[in-house]
Amino acid sequence: MAIITYRDALNQALREEMQRDARVFLMGEEVGVYQGAYKVSKGLLQEFGEMRVVDTPITELGFAGVGVGAAMVGLRPVIEFMTWNFALLALDQVVNAAAKMLYMSGGQFNIPMVFRGPNGAALQLGAQHSQAWESWLAHIPGLKVVAPGTPYDAKGLLKAAIRDDNPVCVLEGEMLYNNKGEVPDGEYIVPLGVADLKRKGEHATIVTWGKQVLVAMAAADQLAKDGITIDVVDLRSIRPLDERAIIDSVRKTNRCVVLEEGWYFAGVGAQITDLVQRECFDDLDSPVIRVTQADAPMPYAKGLEKAAKADMPKTIAAVRRALYLD
Amino acid sequence: MAKRTTTAKASPKPAAPVAAAASDAERTLHMSLLRSMLLQRRFEERCAEAYAIGRIGGFCHLYIGQEAVSTGTLSHLRPDDYMITTYRDHGQALARGLTPRSVMAELFGRVDGCAGGKGGSMHMFDKATGFLGGHGIVGGHLPIATGVGFAIKYRGGDQVICCLFGEAAVNNGAFHESLNMAALWKLPVIFIIENNRYGMGTAVERASAINDIYQRASSYDMHRGVVDGQDVLAVRAAIDEAVTRARTEQSPTLLEMRTYRFMGHSMSDAVSGTYRSKAELDEYLKRDPIALLRAHMEERGTLTEQVMQELDTELKAIVQDAWDFAEASPEPPLEALMENVYVDTTSDTGNAAGAWS
Ligand SMILES: Cc1ncc(C[n+]2csc(CCOP(=O)(O)OP(=O)(O)O)c2C)c(N)n1
Repeated sequence: MAIITYRDALNQALREEMQRDARVFLMGEEVGVYQGAYKVSKGLLQEFGEMRVVDTPITELGFAGVGVGAAMVGLRPVIEFMTWNFALLALDQVVNAAAKMLYMSGGQFNIPMVFRGPNGAALQLGAQHSQAWESWLAHIPGLKVVAPGTPYDAKGLLKAAIRDDNPVCVLEGEMLYNNKGEVPDGEYIVPLGVADLKRKGEHATIVTWGKQVLVAMAAADQLAKDGITIDVVDLRSIRPLDERAIIDSVRKTNRCVVLEEGWYFAGVGAQITDLVQRECFDDLDSPVIRVTQADAPMPYAKGLEKAAKADMPKTIAAVRRALYLD
Repeated sequence: MAKRTTTAKASPKPAAPVAAAASDAERTLHMSLLRSMLLQRRFEERCAEAYAIGRIGGFCHLYIGQEAVSTGTLSHLRPDDYMITTYRDHGQALARGLTPRSVMAELFGRVDGCAGGKGGSMHMFDKATGFLGGHGIVGGHLPIATGVGFAIKYRGGDQVICCLFGEAAVNNGAFHESLNMAALWKLPVIFIIENNRYGMGTAVERASAINDIYQRASSYDMHRGVVDGQDVLAVRAAIDEAVTRARTEQSPTLLEMRTYRFMGHSMSDAVSGTYRSKAELDEYLKRDPIALLRAHMEERGTLTEQVMQELDTELKAIVQDAWDFAEASPEPPLEALMENVYVDTTSDTGNAAGAWS
């Protein structure tokens, strides 16, 4: 096991999959000469050349569609969005083209491609650069959506996404790229749609994904000091959703907190809450509590931004409420 | 059509009054063009009828009046080339060689349709003939066409992709993003504007800041030309040049085909009235692409009245057969509802050597 960064884990996944399959190429803004806006594609241009590591103009709708077209005729594109905020300009291609082509064509054209890039807020980037898009994307039949929280999962999920014959959205985290973690030396895959119990406990379940996994783990550390132990269910994939993992945990702990980075209204947490009330109605000792970003655009001012985010103190408070401790 | 210049509208008709007699090749070509256009016409006349009695539902956009563009374009493509288009796609599907049966069954929403009844009028697809779909979002398929061009270049092939769209799409960002990338990367894409003068009820002059819209390619230093889209031979000639350039130099072209739709925008739109006058329509009806080819053929001695009648009878029978087939084809079973949302496969073997399927 090597200890590497989340960034390097993604880089390894790209390199290995490009070596393994000549149909795989990487396309996006600054992925080549600049080596990636966040250096995820470092060294790939040098290794694979300009045809397979393609710098694009700032033309999100255009190059997302180029990926769809290339996928329709047999290539396996990896389309990098500098951040998912900019992917909004490309949503027509993601939603109307990539997600629907298989269905509209009666099964003739599947779209084996990956859309990837950082999702959610970093620090003080303001309203337009600080948004979490998973509920938008996961809403769409035909798309798969994953959000790795650790280097191990980042590498394994990206590899699985590239091999999948459907369009997969990989939501990375700007604040995660420098994080380090253990990654096996040999080849491995993290299957799509399989959650991971990142921590075992008895008193409550926190369901989360992506960068909030770290928040949940930190909250669980704190709560442990008061003797409260937590199951942290890291979904890893939002769609397909590992319903079994959520149900099993909540049936054991009888209390459920859903922690997500994005907004409250119609967030992924609402979907999970629906599942829990349906499947675990008789198991629940308290209502499901959701921890989300404040229902407002992200502010710039430090204090306001902190107040807006779904952070560790809010998560701890939610667990304590679920346990009727406060 | 040199780069940065305008193509003359003239069709390659014989210059001398006493032209040589038509060769067998010319006769065969003429007949195949006529057959293709007339099939589309007869097919869509029945579509209108089927729509009126509820066999076809939803949005249905007829192509009548524009057949020279599809036929002239697709008569030039090789079987391994690609083509992609808008929701106004029945005629183009037929011109590409999809069977009338599979297109009619799709229109009727039946399992034997070319998309299993899941696509409908606006979403014809056929992998076998490289027909990459009818697409419903104006401009949305232009980036996809560009991606197909990219894939052709990536694999080192000499195929081309023809991308057809209405003139209204040139005002949309996807058009500009696509032309820029295709020109920048030198991709074998032929962008074909079917300028039928109206995007629904909005005349081109009311939507585009320039009226010679093929000149938009000048922003991208791209080969371009304007073509009489009612003259199938002129369309063929322009496409020939563009296809050759795409195959040999892998560079893109923008062609503006000036055409006209003889029907309303869709089945709910009157043929004339609010946005165009009956007088204007009548003027354009004089340039019916089928009548123009027919007149040319008669002049060249490649068509007699009797052959025309026989062809018409045969095509009407083919369309009737398509209707009967569609009517007899079952509706998709309810299990089909949740099929084709995802495939359950992955690429387990990879393809390190780049052996293209
Ligand atoms: C992005 C988008 N906006 C609006 C529409 C609704 N709409 C469908 S067809 C059409 C007119 C398009 O005209 P044109 O591109 O010239 O093609 P034509 O219908 O004449 O073949 C409009 C506005 C749409 N389908 N997509």
